[in-house]
Amino acid sequence: MSDAYIVGVDMIKFGRFPEKTVPQIGAEAALLALDDCGLTIQDMQALYCGNLGQASGMVGQRLLQEIGQTGIPVVNVSNACATGATAFREAWTSIKAGLYDVVLAVGVEQMGKGLLGGAGGGTGIPKEGLLGSGTMPAVFAEAGMEHTRQYGTTFEQFAKVSVKNHHHSTLNPKAMYQIETPLEEVMNAEMISYPNTKLMCSVNVDGSAAAVLCSESKAKELGLMDRAVKVKASVMASDPWQERDLVMPDVNSCTRRAAKEAYEMAGVGPEDIDLIELHDCFATAEILHYENLGICKDGEAGKLIDDGDVALGGKIPVNVSGGLLSKGHPLGATGIANIYEVSTHLRGEAGSRQVEGARLGLTHVIGLGSACGIHILEKA
Amino acid sequence: MSNQPLPAVPYLKIPENGDPYLEAYKCGSCGATFLGERQNCSKCGSRDQMTTVKLPETGKLYSYSIVHRSFPGIEVPYVSAIVDLDDGTAIKGNLINIDPDPEKIEFDMPVEVVFDDALGRKDSDGNSYLSYFFQPKS
Repeated sequence: MSDAYIVGVDMIKFGRFPEKTVPQIGAEAALLALDDCGLTIQDMQALYCGNLGQASGMVGQRLLQEIGQTGIPVVNVSNACATGATAFREAWTSIKAGLYDVVLAVGVEQMGKGLLGGAGGGTGIPKEGLLGSGTMPAVFAEAGMEHTRQYGTTFEQFAKVSVKNHHHSTLNPKAMYQIETPLEEVMNAEMISYPNTKLMCSVNVDGSAAAVLCSESKAKELGLMDRAVKVKASVMASDPWQERDLVMPDVNSCTRRAAKEAYEMAGVGPEDIDLIELHDCFATAEILHYENLGICKDGEAGKLIDDGDVALGGKIPVNVSGGLLSKGHPLGATGIANIYEVSTHLRGEAGSRQVEGARLGLTHVIGLGSACGIHILEKA
Repeated sequence: MSNQPLPAVPYLKIPENGDPYLEAYKCGSCGATFLGERQNCSKCGSRDQMTTVKLPETGKLYSYSIVHRSFPGIEVPYVSAIVDLDDGTAIKGNLINIDPDPEKIEFDMPVEVVFDDALGRKDSDGNSYLSYFFQPKS
């Protein structure tokens, strides 16, 4: 099997674009990724397109109607917050299988403002606020409070995640926000669902990201190996049975399962990873994933954030892009946007937020339901 | 329109003569319990081994969040709670009769299930509903 390489990758600056269509937003990233490697849509043999909001709307085909209807196969992908990573992985799979030599993966989302999630549906009466809360801030608060229960993790420690990621985003011109948020400001912001304040919730934004993947022989033939990034591992997992599944979506076992497999596939361990972009949909979630991804022992995540190990300049910088908390979280685009971020560091092109000497990076997303996608990337 | 309140969720049972209770489906093979009707077990994969059991009405608080912002029309703050019932079944609901204050809420505090009107919510036909809540058990 050929190794698969990212030869072109980019994202648009995340923001709010109500005047544009979803395919238009996706097309922008597609063209940026093609330009990044000097290829054209005519060179692409297939398109894997991730989008959640218009999952039945043939977004990939409509995207080609914006940039070139070449007749290639299009697969539209929807997999909650792992949508972008899933589209990327489908592209990777096609290269690994030897089906194609060069393919395009796009993730795109146009979001409204406001709360996501909500308990209930079904018949009768609304269940939100009657049988607890199904809103995402509350669900991830409950997951964080499980960590508090086990290890005494504090509101302040959760809040520090948000301080860090907002600080990182001041160095990322493509982030939605570039604003410092001191600890007091984070902790005193409007409480949404304790312990998640408004500044500890990811930002609903519009955005897109795209990647061009190549087989090794094709990348060499095209002379694109200089800036190529090798996909060392591409893994997905669904949620294995857990005793509280039905009332408490479990982001932990799903991530742990995918991480273990990804490290095995890449032949590396967490100690070898130079930077991580992980799924900080809420500040509470990031704390859990330090342990889930094995960058510290169980129970030490609070200490990791206290010690600054996960900040830019620390031992293992996490979410130097600003993360979902400040860069923004356009659901279907997030899984490729974090691949763009890690690739940019591996290429040494991340400017003032560059993680020095980055050689290996990991990306992680998790969509409730659940779908976890992990990629381990290496400078070719 | 029904003269009697309807159950807010299918796993809340209201017998004609008797007190309401919560019901689970239990796997005859591995013992896992599930809220809501099901045919097969998602823990062990066994088929057609499910029987119904009446759930206990006491348990302990496993995790929670204090919800300060919800959808329009939903009264806040309230405590969204994950409770482990005494048989190990996990269930989610509102924890009531407690201050919505992290200083006042303790993990593993004993709670009991109480049944009451579903906060006055009615469906489009005007039916009333019975729901369940958790409250601290003294």
